[in-house]
Amino acid sequence: MSALSRAVIAGVYEHPTRWAPDKTQYQICAESARGALQDAGLSIGDVDGFLTAGVGPIGIMTLAEHLNLKPRFHDGTNIGGSSFVAHVLHAAAAIAAGLCEVALIVYGSTASSDRFAVGTGGLNTGDPADQFESPFGPTVLNAYALCAQRHMYEFGTSAEQLAEIAVTIRRHAGLNPLAKFRDPITVDDVLASRVVSSPLHLLDCCIISDGGGAVVVTSAERAGDLPKRPVRILGGAESLCHTNMGNRDLTDMAAKESGPRALAMAGLTHADVDMCMIYDSFTITVLLTLENLGFCAKGEGGAFVQGGRLGLGGALPINTDGGGLSSNHPGMRGIFLVIEAVKQLRGECGARQVGDCEVALCHGTGGMLGLRHSGVTMLLGRG
Amino acid sequence: MMANDKPKYAKPLPRVDEESKGFWEACQRHELYLQRCRDCGALRYYPRALCPSCLSDRTEWLRASGQGTVYTFTITHQNQSPGFRDALPYVMAYVELAEGVRMLTNIVGCGPDDVRIGMPVEVVFEDVTPTVTLPKFRPAASSYREVRRPGMP
Repeated sequence: MSALSRAVIAGVYEHPTRWAPDKTQYQICAESARGALQDAGLSIGDVDGFLTAGVGPIGIMTLAEHLNLKPRFHDGTNIGGSSFVAHVLHAAAAIAAGLCEVALIVYGSTASSDRFAVGTGGLNTGDPADQFESPFGPTVLNAYALCAQRHMYEFGTSAEQLAEIAVTIRRHAGLNPLAKFRDPITVDDVLASRVVSSPLHLLDCCIISDGGGAVVVTSAERAGDLPKRPVRILGGAESLCHTNMGNRDLTDMAAKESGPRALAMAGLTHADVDMCMIYDSFTITVLLTLENLGFCAKGEGGAFVQGGRLGLGGALPINTDGGGLSSNHPGMRGIFLVIEAVKQLRGECGARQVGDCEVALCHGTGGMLGLRHSGVTMLLGRG
Repeated sequence: MMANDKPKYAKPLPRVDEESKGFWEACQRHELYLQRCRDCGALRYYPRALCPSCLSDRTEWLRASGQGTVYTFTITHQNQSPGFRDALPYVMAYVELAEGVRMLTNIVGCGPDDVRIGMPVEVVFEDVTPTVTLPKFRPAASSYREVRRPGMP
């Protein structure tokens, strides 16, 4: 059993908002923290570990100030949307090492009401690599499109196969009263939506919303006194993937490294996984992630996502909350992967509950897939 | 024409630094250069002072042929950033150079719908400002041909 299993997830909260022009990002963080601590049966005074990303380059300090926290362990790792999955692993490691006992992971964003063009606003970071990229027009979105085009070329993956991912996840959103888009869509709807950057259509892309969430991680001993059955952290691993000195294979992802390591740490195989929460910035992200995690062979992702396999009732249900494609995506969605997985393992998902859910896999992808990105895989188990 | 009459170039310009200026100066001469490590022989793109494979700073600048093939591409119809929002659609691509490395660039000199993966291309230098030249690629004059997609494996 991994040292990470000395820690458990004791509380989660998904902020219900999708549109909050009347709130600041910090207020959404505070409301999310309140919800998750309430869920855990703990109070803000119990928090001695603090983790966040997305509130500015040194935002962890200003957010700690806003919440008047003086944590003895803190981590502001920002690797894009996957950050919060990494935060759970880092919090568990810190708790196992005795650096803190109650870790609060928080996220909040008003991307939608701020009219922030997350995916199509262009990139111009000033990083060393940026001077060889930004003059040619990269966006977050078209960096993923480059990978989709290559996958179609090498393996014959079709636009219809990608569309089926969006259709399935929209169907799940219909079962989530909080989801931003709940009306069913068809493969034809996806293909008829405008092309934003070929081969990705509008409905291949995640939505933009406001939102936030929080997760409370604590020691297994401490959780014994708490009201809800804790969710176990079975294993996890991280990886980074970049242009590799000009030798990147664009159909390879960080998930190819982190997935097998996380499963090995947990002592599990793919067959043990009852449901997955896969970062769905775009349909191609899901297809490539499933391939790179090893749920199917490289190149077979197109066939794998067809035939209802990924839907509720299928062999490997994913993104039961409606994902970033339909429920919420305030810019960095990793925390929602953890929150939904925890709710599934606790059996709290109602109409969208996966039957007898014992093991859930979360995989966060952060950054720009065709340029540089992070991958974090985590296995969670029913307490 | 007065300089003021020219529309200002609004797309991002490379922020040239100490590690990269050799590359950009060569582009101004309409020459494409890559770096190779004199110690371990590793070829690298983008250019930087130390070889990431062995951390040697003994670097050789290698003149690239300028020939390559399209590794992947995307026709971008939406980009709200200055410059690009007035230049839609455009083709962004990775070109695999004959020397082996892949570089991000634009495909120009043909319609966006004519671009195919595997298509032979050659470098073309665009002098976008008096001090900045960008390496872009166009269909190769000598060997332009329709490239067939491979079948399913």
